[in-house]
Amino acid sequence: MLLATLFAPFAGALALLLVSRDATKTLKYSSLCVALCTLFASIATLAQFDHTNPNIQMLTIYSWIPALDAGFRIGVDGMSIVFTVLTTLSMFVVILMSLDTIHDREKEFYILILLLEFGIIGVFVALDTLLFYVFFEIILIPMYFLIGVWGRERRVFAATKFFIYTMLGSLVMLVGLLWLGYYAQQTSGHFTTNLLLLREIAPTIPLATQRWIFLALMLAFCIKIPLFPLHTWLPTVQSESPAVTTILVGGVLFKIGIYGLIRFGLEMFPQSSCEYAHLMCTLGAIAVVYGALVAIVQNDIRLLASYALVSSLGIIVMGVFSMTPEGIQGAILQTLNHGLSVTALFICLGTLVEQRNTTVLQEYGGLARNAPGFAVFFALAVLSLVGLPGLNGFIGEYLLLLGTFRSPFLNTWTYAIVGATTGTFVAIYMLKLYSIICFGKHPNPESASIRDVSTQETFALLPITVLMVWIGIFPTSITRFSEASTRALVGKLELAKFGTTKHTAILKKLQSPALDTPAAQSGH
Amino acid sequence: MLYDIVVSLPIVLCSFFGITAMILGALIPKRRSNIVMPYAAVGLGIVFIFASLLWAKNGTAFNGMIQTGMYPSFFDMVFTVAGILVMLAARPYLQRMNWERDEFYVLIVFAVSGMMLMAHSQHLLITFIGIEVMSISFYALAAYVRHESLAVEAGLKYFLMGAFSTGFLLYGIALVYGATGGKLEYSSIQVAVGYGSQMPFLLLAGTGLIIIGLCFKVAAFPFHVWAPDVYQGAPTIVTALMSTAGKAAAFAAFIPLATALIPNGGPDSVRITYLLAAISAASMLYGNIAACAQHNVKRMLAYSSIAQAGYMMIGIVAGTERGTSGLMFYTAAYLFTQMGALIIASTLENRYANHVEFSDYAGLSRRHPLLAALMALFMFSLVGLPPFAVFFGKYYLFTAAIEAGYTWLALTGVLASVISAYFYLGLVVAMYFRRHETGDVHPAQPGISGVTIAFATLGVLLLGLIPAALLRITGVGL
Repeated sequence: MLLATLFAPFAGALALLLVSRDATKTLKYSSLCVALCTLFASIATLAQFDHTNPNIQMLTIYSWIPALDAGFRIGVDGMSIVFTVLTTLSMFVVILMSLDTIHDREKEFYILILLLEFGIIGVFVALDTLLFYVFFEIILIPMYFLIGVWGRERRVFAATKFFIYTMLGSLVMLVGLLWLGYYAQQTSGHFTTNLLLLREIAPTIPLATQRWIFLALMLAFCIKIPLFPLHTWLPTVQSESPAVTTILVGGVLFKIGIYGLIRFGLEMFPQSSCEYAHLMCTLGAIAVVYGALVAIVQNDIRLLASYALVSSLGIIVMGVFSMTPEGIQGAILQTLNHGLSVTALFICLGTLVEQRNTTVLQEYGGLARNAPGFAVFFALAVLSLVGLPGLNGFIGEYLLLLGTFRSPFLNTWTYAIVGATTGTFVAIYMLKLYSIICFGKHPNPESASIRDVSTQETFALLPITVLMVWIGIFPTSITRFSEASTRALVGKLELAKFGTTKHTAILKKLQSPALDTPAAQSGH
Repeated sequence: MLYDIVVSLPIVLCSFFGITAMILGALIPKRRSNIVMPYAAVGLGIVFIFASLLWAKNGTAFNGMIQTGMYPSFFDMVFTVAGILVMLAARPYLQRMNWERDEFYVLIVFAVSGMMLMAHSQHLLITFIGIEVMSISFYALAAYVRHESLAVEAGLKYFLMGAFSTGFLLYGIALVYGATGGKLEYSSIQVAVGYGSQMPFLLLAGTGLIIIGLCFKVAAFPFHVWAPDVYQGAPTIVTALMSTAGKAAAFAAFIPLATALIPNGGPDSVRITYLLAAISAASMLYGNIAACAQHNVKRMLAYSSIAQAGYMMIGIVAGTERGTSGLMFYTAAYLFTQMGALIIASTLENRYANHVEFSDYAGLSRRHPLLAALMALFMFSLVGLPPFAVFFGKYYLFTAAIEAGYTWLALTGVLASVISAYFYLGLVVAMYFRRHETGDVHPAQPGISGVTIAFATLGVLLLGLIPAALLRITGVGL
């Protein structure tokens, strides 16, 4: 099922190549179908997943380049399966949204979107550094075209900036990954890109070397998130992209960064992670305050939303590097929440911009009367981001702050206090955004012409909204998937730092089954 | 004697086909002379088959002057493939430009035979003869269009700089000959140089001069100055051959020479290797930075080929088996990518105008979606994005560099690649993100050059998706 999830979008993209470029209806609905099938496949994978098992599941291995011990190795653990499902949902929503908004070169558009989905799912399931890198870079090409071909006036600049920024990070990461393989060659005799093997070897690398590899890998993910001070591409891209791409960048791509921090940071380099926890948390704290302050003074709705994103991603990074079960679980949950709320937010903003073709906040107003349905969805997205209890954002933020507060690694309250200010900030700028758009006093007669949500938008927003409320009420239905693997990870981290662990029982469970055994492979 | 001739059949046959093709061209009346090109192409195909048959014959021939086996056979195949692909693409191009003469194809066959001699050589004089055979063919090919001033300039520049570098090479050979007591075979030079020992001054000077001569041929910084003008001025088809197979041949000669001349472990060898590493790093950075300023596609590809020489040089710097096999892989990957890009560029040229500026490519994705998509694919491959061929070349070479303790060189290569993204993408920007402003440039019907483009695409994709297949071939020690 995992293979089906991964390759469905790719097969779809290949099939679309054969469709004539004039058959736009066929192109639209077949790509929607493919996205829907992928969504169902990922949900089926989720259903097969055993959430009590902290190890990698559904391992599938094929040989690829024997000389480098590089293989096609895929599998999922609690974190990656949750991220995969959210990705397939978001991509479905994105395609649904583009049916009405993309009127130019549809064929290329849908092929690229499906390739993008292939790349993103691949990043989450790859268990081989070379394969991971390939997927990581595959994302780059569709994103480049999505910004550059369908973007606004300064699209070429934005696309090039995005490409070069990301490529810098990923190539430095490549050197880090090569170093890892080389280290394996020195210790075990042969070069390898097997992530499961490298995960065992990496912690034994002398700290002086390990530090550099860790930093090389983190650079790529911090650019992808993006974390302050590497965030400067985000506002540019967001303000020049088409509406659909803003959803992708804001709601989908950052997950890769967070995922990388946990998978390639905490899991592989416990010691270096402990060493740099303060640095990462400080950057996160700066991002929280800086992003919020910049967001408050923005008059451009897309820039406001991008800086809001920078701010709230800062707190997720803090949660990851608090290295407590609450913090990491909170980070995973909040990443999901963000995936949902930010997607909803950018869908709402996107429909506005598509209709009025301006991003100036003061140009809008009075939508609560003209478009009540829109106002309701928009309100839910905003309130979820503000962290209203009962909606998803509250739980995530609570866990993140709790984790940061109680962390034995950070051992200080400062980060939690700085993180807590985000609640105030977010209320200021989000409510400002909402009150002007929905209750502002018609500064421009054209805003009156804005229609209410269309059927497609309702279909896109409805599942997201339902999930937001669902997670707000039953957060454990999501967190239980990653519970076991997170506790095992924290146990490993505590062992590395303090020599003891509170979660000894779970750690034993982790150590006993070897990952490459046939039993683990056949577990679907 | 018979054995010697049999194992060196690819070279012998290649020269034979070159000479007979020339005679054929002279004998057959002008009007019906279109037989020379198929004859030459089929000839190279036969050479390719013989090269692949002699794969397993590891050894030497002609008293150790010629090497046979996997390494030279691999390069033989690369050169013949390059030659055939260029011939296929040349016919429609030359006919469109009204430049077609039989000598063009004959010169290509001669150039290929020179390259093969370089790859097979285990003897300084054989290397020299190979380089000269290849270079003289290239001088003529570069200046092939006599009435175009740019082409004449290219030919003259190439000839003068080439003659100059030949001087360096020959002087270096003479010094090495003197320093080793009259040795010219690589094996005996290697013995004479010894392991871990101090190199006498004469030998050091000779090695340095030979390296300079070869760096001229691969167009590495700071011996690159001829490359942009020559690559721009020469007919695009010739550029496609010179910048791919020509470079590969120079590297094919470089590796065994470096193994023979640079003793393992000695202080001098460390110094020379550092010098090569510096040349490699400087080429990567200079080539890519200078290419950023170009508006002409051929010139941009010329500067980028300086940088590509820098990447390939990493394989020699590493000096390991992984480095060698990485370099071999890279030459094949680069061959398909660069040739594909240049052949597509050539389809935009016609008798009346050379549409080689970036602005001529504006909006190409709307006028000719397939060609634009393939050009974009070649550009992404050149940037080094997976899953395309050049990425894996870089992957192996960077691994080799790290393995040999040159992590800084790998990091420089990475930075240079980021810079290169800017100008390679510039072409993609023009094709996809801009509407055409300067008028309608319609690519010509590719004709049989479509076969070349298709092969190049196939090569880029296959080497990218299943590199293991070729790696097993190049994998000396992998």
